[in-house]
Amino acid sequence: MSDGKVKAKINDLVIRFANVNGTGSASANFLFTKAIFRMGVPVSPKNIFPSNIQGAPTWYEVRVSEKGYLGRRDGIDFMVAMNPQSMKQDVAAVKTGGYIIYDSTKILHDEFIRDDVNYLGIPIMEMCNKEFSDPRQRQLFKNVVYVGALSALLGIEFDAIEKLVSEQFAGKEKLIAPNVKALRLGSDYAKENFKFKLNIRIERRDLVGDSIMIEGNAACGLGAVYAGATVAAWYPITPSTSVVEAFHSYCDEYRVDKETGKKNFAIVQAEDELSAIGMVIGANWNGARSFTATSGPGVSLMSEFLGLAYYAEVPTVLIDVQRTGPSTGLPTRSQQSDIISAAYASHGDTKHVLLFPSTPTECFNMTVDAFDLAEELQTPVIVMSDLDLGMNEHMTAPLTWDDKRKYKRGKVLTAEQLDKIERYGRFLDVDKDGITYRTLPGTHPTKGAFLTRGTSSDEYAGYTEEPEPYVRNMDRLIRKFNTAKNRVPGPEFLQKKNNSDYAVIFFGTSTPPVLEALDMLKEKGIVLDAMRILSFPFNKAIEDFISSHEKVMLVEQNRDAQMRSLLMIEAGIEPGKILSVLSYDGTPVTADNIFKQINAHLAAKVKTKKTN
Amino acid sequence: MTYIRPKFRHPELPENKIGHSISYYEGVLSTLCAGCGHDSISAAIMQACFESNIEPYRLAKMSGIGCSSKAPNYFLGKSHGFNSVHGRMPSVTTGANLGNRDLIYIGVSGDGDSASIGMGQFVHVVRRNLNMVYIVMNNGCYGLTKGQDSATADIGSISKAGSENHFHPIDLVSLALELGAPFVAQSFSGDKTQLVPLIKAAMKHTGFAFINVISPCVTFNNNVGSTKSYDYVREHIDATGTVDFVPPAKEITAEYEEGTVANVTMHDGSLLHLHKLAKGWDPFDRVSAINAVHNALLKGEILTGLLYINEGSTDLHHLLGTTDTPLNAVPQEKLCPGSEMLKKINAEQV
Repeated sequence: MSDGKVKAKINDLVIRFANVNGTGSASANFLFTKAIFRMGVPVSPKNIFPSNIQGAPTWYEVRVSEKGYLGRRDGIDFMVAMNPQSMKQDVAAVKTGGYIIYDSTKILHDEFIRDDVNYLGIPIMEMCNKEFSDPRQRQLFKNVVYVGALSALLGIEFDAIEKLVSEQFAGKEKLIAPNVKALRLGSDYAKENFKFKLNIRIERRDLVGDSIMIEGNAACGLGAVYAGATVAAWYPITPSTSVVEAFHSYCDEYRVDKETGKKNFAIVQAEDELSAIGMVIGANWNGARSFTATSGPGVSLMSEFLGLAYYAEVPTVLIDVQRTGPSTGLPTRSQQSDIISAAYASHGDTKHVLLFPSTPTECFNMTVDAFDLAEELQTPVIVMSDLDLGMNEHMTAPLTWDDKRKYKRGKVLTAEQLDKIERYGRFLDVDKDGITYRTLPGTHPTKGAFLTRGTSSDEYAGYTEEPEPYVRNMDRLIRKFNTAKNRVPGPEFLQKKNNSDYAVIFFGTSTPPVLEALDMLKEKGIVLDAMRILSFPFNKAIEDFISSHEKVMLVEQNRDAQMRSLLMIEAGIEPGKILSVLSYDGTPVTADNIFKQINAHLAAKVKTKKTN
Repeated sequence: MTYIRPKFRHPELPENKIGHSISYYEGVLSTLCAGCGHDSISAAIMQACFESNIEPYRLAKMSGIGCSSKAPNYFLGKSHGFNSVHGRMPSVTTGANLGNRDLIYIGVSGDGDSASIGMGQFVHVVRRNLNMVYIVMNNGCYGLTKGQDSATADIGSISKAGSENHFHPIDLVSLALELGAPFVAQSFSGDKTQLVPLIKAAMKHTGFAFINVISPCVTFNNNVGSTKSYDYVREHIDATGTVDFVPPAKEITAEYEEGTVANVTMHDGSLLHLHKLAKGWDPFDRVSAINAVHNALLKGEILTGLLYINEGSTDLHHLLGTTDTPLNAVPQEKLCPGSEMLKKINAEQV
């Protein structure tokens, strides 16, 4: 136990809460996170939960970082061990010198005792049983008690938590007093019983600026509102469900006509994913912005329709919140493993536009962009989020909207424009960019009508099985895909001076831990060029960056290095040029893991050079 | 079949009230087999649209995959159409309708398309009461893959190759009635007199209108022993009644015996006269309609006509409470909450 003489680490902490699923720990744990955020200290929580409603172990891991690192790092400083079922692994996970808070109502069994960690026993159950009579309250407030104790132990401002409680229960005032009571129980107990100082403290700072905390899925849902989506069709699947739920609640707030009570949106919970994407395609065909959200298994089911949307050139927006596959895999864990299946969803020669957000702010922006891109390119656009991004709160830049921004509806002919055209051809490449002009049903009495279909068509949308028009059409679709290369967001460069012969490439939720790993390397005197991929198709800047380095190390959270394959296939990068840094255990990758793998690649390089 | 469409049209073809002759409602030349029942249904759709004074561009033709689903190409060439994927016409039509509620939606499907791969979507589009006309061109077999039995093939029906079907058929009419479809009809492709007014009424009906049309496959299921052949259907058809469609402006004259005629008022004021022939059947009573269909099936008969109608039906838009303006026409100002609102939303996230 620290005696207070040891210099405390300020605002640098990983704390993990081990709970039983369904015991109401989520809101208490978030209270803890939010209080730290309110103290101006960068903080990042991750839910690690089972595919189960009640009873199974669930974890909530919070990273607190003075330096602003928001990814995961290895080593747990603090464990709130509230689940007997997972006690053994929870105790084992704490690093030497770390702390374990446990419920000391019952004596801790010998097998959970380690000599190199500190135990902070609080008789939580006893206190709750004494103070609360309602069985559900006794259960729920156990979580609030440990948050109260943590506030005293770590120096979190009690006022901040108390204020959060009153905000959380605004409208249900009756619940505020017992919650505050439970907080105080924990706090008082800690103050009275643990009079020594811990070697980890939280101190107020001004490091979060104007950041907000929001989940990626909520940001996607809000993005769809701002993008003017009017039709959403979906089928519930973890971890994407909250995208459409967020869209729904924002629509209820902002899209109901105050005078008539009628809605400027339609949301249908479809019978399955096949139907959901079918509805999206139907609505977009009619010129209503429409989208769906799903995860890998849903993408599999939607593939046939995605091929139709690609070939029939119907704008389609899909938010893919990736989870761990294959098959049902780890349904409530995170991965970046739908890259190939999304890029090539459906049979035949098919390619789709993908966007890779890294933050909720980008979830918002890229969702809006996806609607513009889908209509401009008349093709499916898939936003590749994942569980980590979608279902966790993230500290992120505030969402912004330019009121001058007008939706880009793409090449849609009006009745007046049709009047001026002698003969309209749906698939005529008038502008030589591969993007043709579409018409919406009901536009013109005699001109512009055509049959949309998944079978081969000539330039005038007439059915054809002739080889030449088929090839012409397929070649035009590639021309369109090449046009897309310059319409999608280009890569982001870090340290772009080309000062290293090895470089790092990453995308999506690997970003925060990669940035930390790069700093860890810097501390060792190794500065690497780095690039973040934001979209597919890959534009030239991506190819140039790779070719200007001897080798690139590609960080991705899947087993088969799917982005590497895509770069090899689509950008013609030689296999030996890309070294993989992989992580695929279902938990968000840590900075240490990336650091180690990069180091191993660099060490092998040095070794090879020496051998040479 | 012929591969060249004669260009000649009689210059004095009669015109409807909006100045179009029937030729205005044609599509491209059919590639279905000569004598295919589906072509007769296409012709009935054209006739119904012509007689109903419908501007083709205000109508959308939807379909899935199969011989039937090719049909939209062969009628109403001035309408947009969507030939989607197998069995999924209902979802595409649902989305299309949600996007623009102002068009008339005619979905055309087959027994393979609707009763097998598309069964889930069929069931759910009925359940959602989408405002559309859903026509199944039902021939009991898969024509495009050369004659396999479909899920609507009758038990004991003999295929062209001579094999007997051992499975119970799925009766789409019974299913639609059970699921709560507010307009259910059955007809025969060879009975244009009955089919045309049914299609006209279905287009006027608000909510889901289902018409199952027995449509013999001349190539693969028109043999002796087939229960979906022309001969078999003609021998076993039994009508519930006859249907007259009376447009809103036309004077209504009651020339029918009291008790044998039921008048149905459509939303736009047009009328349906139902001349009842079948006994013990009430077109406004779902249970009665279900019983009538079941009794006919037990006797090996095909009951045709308008089997059930719910005059007060609404539709999916009503259930969802969507605005009267088609969603594809709601301007950006009404859709985007703007930057100030986003600042407020940001403030709620700290």
